[in-house]
Amino acid sequence: MIRWLLRRTLQAAATFAIAVLLLFVLMRLTPGDPLSRLVGDRDVSAAEIQQLRQRYGTGEPLLTQLGAFLAGAARGDLGTSIEHYPDRVTALLAARLPATLLLGGVVLFLNFTVGIWLGVRQAVRRGSRFDRWTGRFALAAYAMPGFWLGLVLVAFLSLRWRLLPSAQMTDPLLPADADALTRGLDILRHLTLPALTLSLTSIALTMRHQRAAMLSVFRLDFVTAARARGLSEKQVRWGHAWRNTLVPMLTLLGLWLPVLVSGSVFVESVFNWPGLGSLAAQAIAARDYPVLLGTAMLVSGAVVLSGLAADLGYVLVDPRVRPS
Amino acid sequence: MSDLLEVQDLRIRFPARGGGVSVPVDGVSLRLARGETLALVGESGSGKSLTALALLRLVPPPGVIDPASRIVLEGVNLLELQGEALRAVRGGRIGLVFQDAMTSLNPVISIGEQVRETVAAHRTLHGKEARERAVALLDEVGMPGASTRYRSYPHELSGGLRQRALIAIALAGEPDVLIADEPTTALDVTVQAQILELLDQLRTSRGMAVLLISHDLGLVAGRADRVAVMYAGQIVEEASTSRLFRSPSHPYTRALFGSIPRLDGAVDRLVPIAGAVPLPDAWPPACRFHPRCPEVLARCSVDTPPVVPLAPGEMSRCWLLVKGAK
Amino acid sequence: MIGSLGELLRRAWKYPSGKWGALALVALALVAIAAPPLLPDPAEMPDAVQGATPPSRAHPMGTDQLNRDMLARVVVGGRISLSVAVLAVLLSLTLGALVGLIAGYAGGWLDAILMRGVDAALAIPRLFVLLLLLVVWERIPLGALILVIGTTGWFATSRLVRGEVLRLRHQPFVTASEALGATGWRTMMRHLLPNAAGPLLVAATLGVGDVILLEAGLSFLGLGVQPPTPSWGGMVLEARPLIVTAPWTAIFPGAAIVLTVLSVNLLGDALQAALDPRSA
Repeated sequence: MIRWLLRRTLQAAATFAIAVLLLFVLMRLTPGDPLSRLVGDRDVSAAEIQQLRQRYGTGEPLLTQLGAFLAGAARGDLGTSIEHYPDRVTALLAARLPATLLLGGVVLFLNFTVGIWLGVRQAVRRGSRFDRWTGRFALAAYAMPGFWLGLVLVAFLSLRWRLLPSAQMTDPLLPADADALTRGLDILRHLTLPALTLSLTSIALTMRHQRAAMLSVFRLDFVTAARARGLSEKQVRWGHAWRNTLVPMLTLLGLWLPVLVSGSVFVESVFNWPGLGSLAAQAIAARDYPVLLGTAMLVSGAVVLSGLAADLGYVLVDPRVRPS
Repeated sequence: MSDLLEVQDLRIRFPARGGGVSVPVDGVSLRLARGETLALVGESGSGKSLTALALLRLVPPPGVIDPASRIVLEGVNLLELQGEALRAVRGGRIGLVFQDAMTSLNPVISIGEQVRETVAAHRTLHGKEARERAVALLDEVGMPGASTRYRSYPHELSGGLRQRALIAIALAGEPDVLIADEPTTALDVTVQAQILELLDQLRTSRGMAVLLISHDLGLVAGRADRVAVMYAGQIVEEASTSRLFRSPSHPYTRALFGSIPRLDGAVDRLVPIAGAVPLPDAWPPACRFHPRCPEVLARCSVDTPPVVPLAPGEMSRCWLLVKGAK
Repeated sequence: MIGSLGELLRRAWKYPSGKWGALALVALALVAIAAPPLLPDPAEMPDAVQGATPPSRAHPMGTDQLNRDMLARVVVGGRISLSVAVLAVLLSLTLGALVGLIAGYAGGWLDAILMRGVDAALAIPRLFVLLLLLVVWERIPLGALILVIGTTGWFATSRLVRGEVLRLRHQPFVTASEALGATGWRTMMRHLLPNAAGPLLVAATLGVGDVILLEAGLSFLGLGVQPPTPSWGGMVLEARPLIVTAPWTAIFPGAAIVLTVLSVNLLGDALQAALDPRSA
């Protein structure tokens, strides 16, 4: 078991390494002068240019460049931001990570509770009006661009009707000595609209996956067998049928992260939520290449990790795949 | 012995492709008394498994049981039960051992847990007591090392052990009637005998009635008290096992015997039954066996043969037994 | 191959979602192609000082902040968005099918290398790849945009095609073709590719919806279709400061996106159901 885990982790590390390699290739392939990408409009001294040359190996043969790049990445040094010079990219990412984790975590939670419950209900009531209309609503929501839905919600719920705050994570007017509960509630209020936007636009994925998985499990013999034992419908549905959909749902979890990350670039920027997404959006406006590259690397690493976590999940959830 | 379970005129309808209706189970009547084993024998497609499912009201949609049918368990018509009452019967009064243990067991839950949850669903036992009862049940069905095997998953067990687990689950609710649908088809011969022996033992020790469903006449020889032979959705002959084997009264039964190899050399040549089993959406008119019957009369394709009572509890559907039919 | 695709479309038509989706798409496409000459010039700013005006009989969707007719802009924007999406998806499809065929057919180390690369590429969210590629341009030519979007979207398709190829690789009809001296290329194109046509069509349809959303997002960030060429995402960006005073400037372009993507997804769903009825 440990050996399997080790092997899988090494595979994941290899995938990540190749991804970083691909990002390097991307950086080199992009037209334009790589140095200007790293420097932008800043006034740079000759010494700095020399340092950058060394760090990124620009002007050196390709392989040396690659080596310098990978070495830097392995060290945890992702370069320096152009816009927020002289802040290091890693520092910026670290500062913004918690807000995205909070938003992402809440959206994940909503998706995998409400989404699952709805998907199961759809499958049980297959062909009913509930099934058809819920599916249609979810599909319509999925077709909405996150930035548009966010703007519309802000326009009406925040700005016009003043029900919820329109931007950022906290109220800047909150007194410094406010207690934890007030602060927590404040964050919650600010969290509502962005979380709602991201969840609505992605819930179709979860629902559809769950529905399809349930339908395929319902056909299997052991579901009838469970009913024949006199188990309650709830036990049959959740304890037996749903329990067998955990594997395909875990697969979804692995696929879900890229969707969440991409969506958060738009939603965080619309709501000015201080996370990685809005950092990336601001970096675009400022043409802050090092920050974008660093974010891309971080996010790729997270995707690889989530895939690894899903694999681990399979082993925990399905006794048939356990390596003996 | 009084009747424990009585099935009267069971009819199950399915919508057929292209409109119309197919009736895979068409007027089946059975009686089962406590302590006896009734064998329901027939080829695949005869409707045996559907009959078993119907007894638990588990006919898969879009199939529907005809409201005129009656399934009476100790005075209660099962077809009128709903909700909790129906749930209590499933597993609690009637237990069903499915055909394929590999697909009838939940692959991600341990077998012990599957027994335990059935125990908990039917009796007021919970927690540790339910677990102990589950181990005792596994023991009762001859599972070696029951308390350790409790944690095993279905894919970790051999076919025979899986079948035993399935039987333990069927017994967990302490049913009075045990239906075993082809309990040995997926097993090899030595294990088959063990499982049948086990079922016999359980019947005596628990005083249950057993409905043994099989396509194999030879299998039921030493195991059943009475045999009902099913063809094309109907019971064509019912008799005590000894009488059936000694002198079968329906041409189908006779043909079945003629197609079974026997070790005592009593049969020179195996004579397969000509033709193929008809499909439920196209039952032959009048006597359903007439297209394949080696003893067919002119009348058989025109008039439906009546149910001819022979001895008490014995019958046959055949014109040959009606005086003056030829 | 065309025959089996036609059959698939016919089956998909039977589903109400398929019918509505297809009809809506045809209607949208017709409007995008035929309407612009009938509408006012989207660049025309008769009275820019007046700013945005609400929907009226003269301007059914109102006007934007420069008093340009919204309806005209939405329709022309639709033309742009649909063209970008269709062309980009065609590019992705071709690349993906090619790689998938080669990897699945050749097998061995070539397959291993290709798939390792694909796995790693899939780990980088597509949006970020696009951001890194596009952020360096001052003004992105439309052709470059299509190229960039197309070349970043083939990874999942390649896995799909590879899966189909692996499934059929050792079937008798493939071996027969090889025994008759068919080159690998011929076998791939004539025997293996047609069998993947169904799933490819589904993937392509759903892909169009994804690209429309992607391009809208890029335009919203300023990296997609460049002004003054109208694009739905760009229009929402421009409408952002007016969201309270002139909400129609944002609502209509967004609604157009929703309508189009929804139709495409409904059609894709119906195609999927036609391909595999049990999952419906």
